Amino acid sequence: MSEEIYARIHRSEAFHRYIAKRQRFTWTLSILMLLVYFLFILFIAFAPEILGRPLMEGSVITIGIPIGIAIIVFAFLLTGWYVHKSNSEFDRDRRKIIEDILK
Amino acid sequence: MIRLLSWHVIALILLTVSVTVTAADTVAGEVPRQPINLSAVVMFLLFVIATLGITYWAARHTRSASDYYAAGGGISGFQNGLAISGDYMSAASFLGISGLVYLSGFDGLIYSIGFLVGWPIILFLIAERLRNLGRYTFADVVSYRLQQRPIRTLAACGSLAVVALYLIAQMVGSGKLIQILFGLPYEVAVVLVGILMILYVSFGGMIATTWVQIIKAALLLTGATALALMVMVKTGFSFETLFRQAVDVHDKGRAIMAPGSIVSDPVSAISLGLALMFGTAGLPHILMRFFTVPDAKEARRSVLFATGFIGYFYILTFIIGFGAIVLVSTNPEFLNAGGLLRGGNNMAAVHLSKAVGGDIFLGFISAVAFATILAVVAGLTLAGASAVSHDIYANAIMCGNVSEANEVRVSRITTVILGILAIILGILFEKQNVAFMVGLAFAIAASANFPILFLSMYWKRLTTRGAVWGGASGLLTAVLLVILGPIVWVDIMGYSEPVFPYKYPALFSMLVAFTGIWIFSVTDKSATAEKERESFDHQFIRSQTGIGAVGASSH
Repeated sequence: MSEEIYARIHRSEAFHRYIAKRQRFTWTLSILMLLVYFLFILFIAFAPEILGRPLMEGSVITIGIPIGIAIIVFAFLLTGWYVHKSNSEFDRDRRKIIEDILK
Repeated sequence: MIRLLSWHVIALILLTVSVTVTAADTVAGEVPRQPINLSAVVMFLLFVIATLGITYWAARHTRSASDYYAAGGGISGFQNGLAISGDYMSAASFLGISGLVYLSGFDGLIYSIGFLVGWPIILFLIAERLRNLGRYTFADVVSYRLQQRPIRTLAACGSLAVVALYLIAQMVGSGKLIQILFGLPYEVAVVLVGILMILYVSFGGMIATTWVQIIKAALLLTGATALALMVMVKTGFSFETLFRQAVDVHDKGRAIMAPGSIVSDPVSAISLGLALMFGTAGLPHILMRFFTVPDAKEARRSVLFATGFIGYFYILTFIIGFGAIVLVSTNPEFLNAGGLLRGGNNMAAVHLSKAVGGDIFLGFISAVAFATILAVVAGLTLAGASAVSHDIYANAIMCGNVSEANEVRVSRITTVILGILAIILGILFEKQNVAFMVGLAFAIAASANFPILFLSMYWKRLTTRGAVWGGASGLLTAVLLVILGPIVWVDIMGYSEPVFPYKYPALFSMLVAFTGIWIFSVTDKSATAEKERESFDHQFIRSQTGIGAVGASSH
């Protein structure tokens, strides 16, 4: 029974379109996160003095600190975006495609 | 049978308690005791009573293997998010990162960010496929279309290596911490942690472990928030004032506001970054958490909550570390004769709690730190016991022909053995430098567990041969490079020059693992390899749709 369902899903063009769209979204977000993080690591490795510049004239706060905090917030927002889109739009699309296949 | 086993366990525990109490009395004569902090002891006892109550309740609700390993899949996304952050916010991150910030400022933030950015990656690439394909351990997923016996054995070795290293580090840390905080002898502290951990895990399984973790996460977040708020009150809620005062009193001056000595060269920086980011995605006790939620949707939500809590917590530890520079390093009460922090840099957050909130708040933070260790070792032990009972015993040895009750019994026995081993190793390693162990655990997780898990879900051409040879060589490379590196070869074994110049092996060991897996997979022309590749489509559809996935149990 389940083998048959799997085979029908595998033949469905709508399913493959859905997968392609989803994978694109997933990989875009993953690459964004990796890019931001390894950019930060590369700055630490090759140009730490840039992160050590003062944020404003006369301030002891360096630009590295708001950048670091921003990466943490960015990671959270990215997670939120992914969960929202997956749990609403993608889940709805997937349910519909599978219902159509099983009909 | 289980009841009989329970009595054995209780008898064993009573025996151990009586032995250690006598041992403690003999030790007390020689070692000068710290004064006992009464409020800390009271608050800690409250935590222990509450969690043992939960364990009793959980034991009555643990009927099937699914209850025992995965809390019956009945944990909500929010609860699991808290529990994940509880697993992740170990004493090492609370005390260790605030201590690192205390010591070198900005560098602490590099660790925090590395630990955090692993989470979005886990969510995007791993969480829901893991939930849709597995039941109790991540080896379920890796062996989905590969051969059970070799893959389960390898995955269990990876899990046990990570668990053992992590566990020893936590046991030694807890012994020392409790010695300082509660004035208890080291051995008593280690035995106490071991016994409580055995009780939680063997009786309450994943249900108890999850709730212990949730309570502890809530306590830790509350404590850290209060600590950071009190620091900000002292500095008039101005970060400029906080950082300026810190720069004024710190030996390194303005250098604490920029990246410094922790990562001195590009290779180390990238290697550390890789280990932190991908190591998280290979920690068995973390991966196991995704099987406690009913479906992929809740698995995703749990990562969202976890990322929020963990990110918030790391921002707090940054404030706490700087607060300690301003309020603790300037107060002779917290310093020893040499002007260093009493009990080491990792005590920065604990001393700070006394500086801003007096003895009662010190008691609260001490109790929270102890609770943190207890909860983390419980999670680790459950992951280790599952690797033995589910992967090695039930699937690799018995080929799946084993009753649920038998499997759970093996897991309970393993828990007791692991607990006793942890106590013995904790005592043996008392005087050793264990700081490298967590780093090595992350390196192994990133170089053995993560590559085979990731490629099993994403790369059609992966075969059993590739996974076993590649994964094993990643594991061995990580261990070998850490032994030959500066931390073990020079600092512990006393040679003057390291054979391998870098502290962090992940860049090299991950490369070895991925290359090994690739070479041994593509050259595998066997008939089973062909079948394994053919089953990929089937696995892929299930991982994407959740059709056929194990849902929440009915009761």
